[in-house]
Amino acid sequence: MIKAILIFNNHGKPRLSKFYEHYTEDTEQQIIRETFHLVSKRDENVCNFLEGGMLIGGSDYKLIYRHYATLYFVFCVDSSESELGILDLIQVFVETLDKCFENVCELDLIFHVDKVHNILAEMVMGGMVLETNMNEIITQVDAQNKMEKAETFIFQSTRQDR
Amino acid sequence: MPAVSKGDGMRGLAVFISDIRNCKSKEAEIKRINKELANIRSKFKGDKALDGYSKKKYVCKLLFIFLLGHDIDFGHMEAVNLLSSNKYTEKQIGYLFISVLVNSNSDLIRLINNAIKNDLASRNPTFMNLALHCIANVGSREMAEAFASDIPNILVAGDTMDSVKQSAALCLLRLNRTSPDLVPMGEWTARVVHLLNDQHLGVVTAATSLITTLAQKNPDDFKTAIVLAVARLSRIVTSASIDLQDYTYYFVAAPWLSVKLFRLLQCYPPPEDGALRSRLTECLETVLNKAQEPPKSKKVQHSNAKNAVLFEAISLIIHHDSEPTLLVRACNQLGQFLQHRETNLRYLALESMCTLASSEFSHEAVKTHMETVINALKTERDVSVRQRAVDLLYAMCDRSNAKQIVAEMLSYLETADYSIREEIVLKVAILAEKYAVDYTWYVDTILNLIRIAGDYVSEEVWYRVIQIVINRDDVQGYAAKTVFEALQAPACHENLVKVGGYILGEFGNLIAGDPRSSPLVQFNLLHSKFHLCSVPTRALLLSAYIKFINLFPEVKATIQDVLRSDSQLRNSDVELQQRAVEYLRLSCIASTDILATVLEEMPPFPERESSILAKLKKKKGQSALPDIDDSRRNVNGSTEHSEITDTTNKSSPSLLKDLLATNRPRPSSFSPIMHFARTMDSTPSFTDMLSLSSAPTAGASLLVDVFSDSSTLTSVDVSEEHFPRFVCKNNGVIYENQLLQIGLKSEYRQNLGRMYIFYGNKTSTQLLSFTTSVTTNDVLKTQLNVHAKAVDTIVEGGAQVQQILNIECLSDFKDAPVLGIQFRYGGTLQNIAVKLPVMLNKFFQTTEMTSQEFFQRWKQLGAPQQEVQKIFKANHPMDTDVTKAKILGFGVALLDGVDPNPANFVGAGVIHTKNTQVGCLLRLEPNTQAQMYRLTLRTSREPVSQRLCELLSDQF
Repeated sequence: MIKAILIFNNHGKPRLSKFYEHYTEDTEQQIIRETFHLVSKRDENVCNFLEGGMLIGGSDYKLIYRHYATLYFVFCVDSSESELGILDLIQVFVETLDKCFENVCELDLIFHVDKVHNILAEMVMGGMVLETNMNEIITQVDAQNKMEKAETFIFQSTRQDR
Repeated sequence: MPAVSKGDGMRGLAVFISDIRNCKSKEAEIKRINKELANIRSKFKGDKALDGYSKKKYVCKLLFIFLLGHDIDFGHMEAVNLLSSNKYTEKQIGYLFISVLVNSNSDLIRLINNAIKNDLASRNPTFMNLALHCIANVGSREMAEAFASDIPNILVAGDTMDSVKQSAALCLLRLNRTSPDLVPMGEWTARVVHLLNDQHLGVVTAATSLITTLAQKNPDDFKTAIVLAVARLSRIVTSASIDLQDYTYYFVAAPWLSVKLFRLLQCYPPPEDGALRSRLTECLETVLNKAQEPPKSKKVQHSNAKNAVLFEAISLIIHHDSEPTLLVRACNQLGQFLQHRETNLRYLALESMCTLASSEFSHEAVKTHMETVINALKTERDVSVRQRAVDLLYAMCDRSNAKQIVAEMLSYLETADYSIREEIVLKVAILAEKYAVDYTWYVDTILNLIRIAGDYVSEEVWYRVIQIVINRDDVQGYAAKTVFEALQAPACHENLVKVGGYILGEFGNLIAGDPRSSPLVQFNLLHSKFHLCSVPTRALLLSAYIKFINLFPEVKATIQDVLRSDSQLRNSDVELQQRAVEYLRLSCIASTDILATVLEEMPPFPERESSILAKLKKKKGQSALPDIDDSRRNVNGSTEHSEITDTTNKSSPSLLKDLLATNRPRPSSFSPIMHFARTMDSTPSFTDMLSLSSAPTAGASLLVDVFSDSSTLTSVDVSEEHFPRFVCKNNGVIYENQLLQIGLKSEYRQNLGRMYIFYGNKTSTQLLSFTTSVTTNDVLKTQLNVHAKAVDTIVEGGAQVQQILNIECLSDFKDAPVLGIQFRYGGTLQNIAVKLPVMLNKFFQTTEMTSQEFFQRWKQLGAPQQEVQKIFKANHPMDTDVTKAKILGFGVALLDGVDPNPANFVGAGVIHTKNTQVGCLLRLEPNTQAQMYRLTLRTSREPVSQRLCELLSDQF
């Protein structure tokens, strides 16, 4: 089972956090910090797996991560998941984001929190992998966007917001 | 076309985020956020109904603020309202907010459940999916109660869309994890198994996850899944022609599903049916063959996917542990990976090989890779990989290669990462003991451990070496010689001084014949370290000295001089001082015979499981020790972890418990002479270790004491903070820290009392090895009987457990019992000691009497020692009603109209003890002008008057 999915940048600023087990807000922030600390001190080109930090449950859990340019994608999983499988899943996630945002960058994750959550929800549900087929995921996301467009089209042009 | 075009974001949101990003300081950021929160709050509270777009925008802002680590305490209601919108956008953002921000204990669950119910019934697949996601992500008990029986129907209904089936399967899986008792098994289970045949591979994948979890709990119910899973696997793996459309990932056919199916098969033993079995074997061989084929793509994704399947196939082969040819092939494959240029593969290969090493068929094959693994230990740049190499060396170790492996681990230890040193030390200590052919090697190894990594050598390790030396006479002389030599080093670790002190104290005579290690030389050597050591070590050395006096009469005078010196006899540490005084006295008055008896060599320790092993298990959990307890990697993840490992761990709990026991009862079979030792055991572990007893009956319990945790009550500060508050009341919170809250409820009748202690776990995780003990000091023991009922050893997160104490007052007393609590939280041992508010006044019974009677008795108790008077300043406002309540709470009757001055308070009561009853009269005279009180107490017993006065005078 996937216990948490965290994305943060090279400075440890969280860009997405999704926990599939309940923690207090405070603990969640501590877990993000701890995980950043563990992952960021590792060299490039070392392996992509390491034992989880104390807060997330120690050596019964693994952190599986990938580092893309300015962002770390970290999945915290238990022993029921295949390590390489999760690495693939991270890749699928990133490729999907890339397709949806056209060359995804850190800013996209910041400005479209809701979209990123939606895409993730198509892949992982309650800590279990729901779908790994990128085309299927994108089809779903596209369908949602169409519905959204149809509903919000009318308001778009005249809006004044702050 | 990109699914999200850059221009259609919400401008208000974008501006807000930019503002935050431009903030120069944390303060500015917080200020900006608070401004925004106020803005959103006013919008939500405002009269004007917000349109869906605005609601969405505000919710997005809240999500962003939450991500930055700020609490969001409003907006929940708005989110719930969004759920019932029939616009997709609004509904979707509502669900998003709830799955991120609403925890399972929220009061809103009922409202949320209502919305979910409607969406599940809507037959709109998008809405149904949103609802199922929400259930799975929140996963609370209330949700399970509401929906656990509906979801199986959605899952197996013929007309359910594929995407909804996928979600329903995982939703059910999630509920089964969080509230297994609420998910009804039934006729749907058979139909779920048939989902393995579904056309849609996404559905099959989700169903496989679900079945794997269910099959682990009820393997028999899902046996039919084996045939279907093998058939499915075989179609994916062996037939290259089948088009899996989009489920081919970088030229690998449905890797994810293959992995899941292999996992499912790991819930079962190898199939009994011959045809099925050969079909599975064929699958496994094909996967192994494919690993040798040239890659179809250079991309790392291709090799990752291919190897993910391969590693799972190997796991299954190891799990079955029945086909020698497959096992050897698996081992060779892993051997190839050990030298692969991909670090990930080296890591996984080391990890898999660890489990392979425990199979009798492949143990030898694994051993052939020893050089490679040792090389990995030396050359890998990544500490995670090196750690796996240590694990594997540990797993492949046997008598034939133990010396080499131990030597390599020792040399690695010199440069090892600090985070894994302790673990390596434990592993080396275990291997050295387990595979020692001659114990001189063992002693050398442990001394090397102390030399190289003394700080990481825990007490268990050096206790163990002493235990072994004591039990084996063939190694005693060698041990004495070796420690003597090791101690020559100008700077040696304190642990070495401990081992050295103990061993020379017991066996120094074996090397005393050599003039280079004559008794005096030995003594001087030890004593040269004395002043650099901590108190416990010094205490141990003092015990070694008294043993020397017995072993070597010729150094008696020298040692007596040392003991007699001011730095010993007047040492500020009470333990050291006491030892010095008593040992000196013993050496002066006891005859040689008595000395020889008292200070005889320690009896052998009874053999039992190595405490180091227990320590390693405790540290690493079970799964890390494949060769010792042969536990398999758990396919279902950690939720079931404990259940499975418990069965493999039958032997250790008792020992662990011993290790954790705080204050074990002393053996009752103390010989009279032991009484002497007993008077000085304020630090139990050390005194007992060198205890002066020769009684063999004491052996077993001595061992226990040797291993009892050194942080016993003596070293924990006893909390008395809330103690005074309980003088005049019986209920309340006596102790609280960030982990634990302890509440009390007590009732007393005559000389008997009952106290209910409530331990509340304030964290969300279990408190393990939870033990409590009530201790009374030697004096109090004769005055107060306290009997504690047992308490559960595990306190669940957020839960409360209760313990009952029965108390009997035998005679009047002054001290209070101490409640010791010990438990493990997050791997560390927590010790708490609380002074329990059992005071003399609790055994009061009120006595009503007239003015005349009162003064008559008052006069009878006129002897000077019977009266105690105290004048003290008021610490609290002088309120008559409060004072009355306190006096009543103290336990006496408040007598009106007795004292001529109505401002004074007069009370009377009788203290009930088992032996006697003590009448008590009291008078409290407030002086509001001076803000002072005068308290006068008269009882027939002076100590009672004293104690009651102390207790009561603190209350005003």
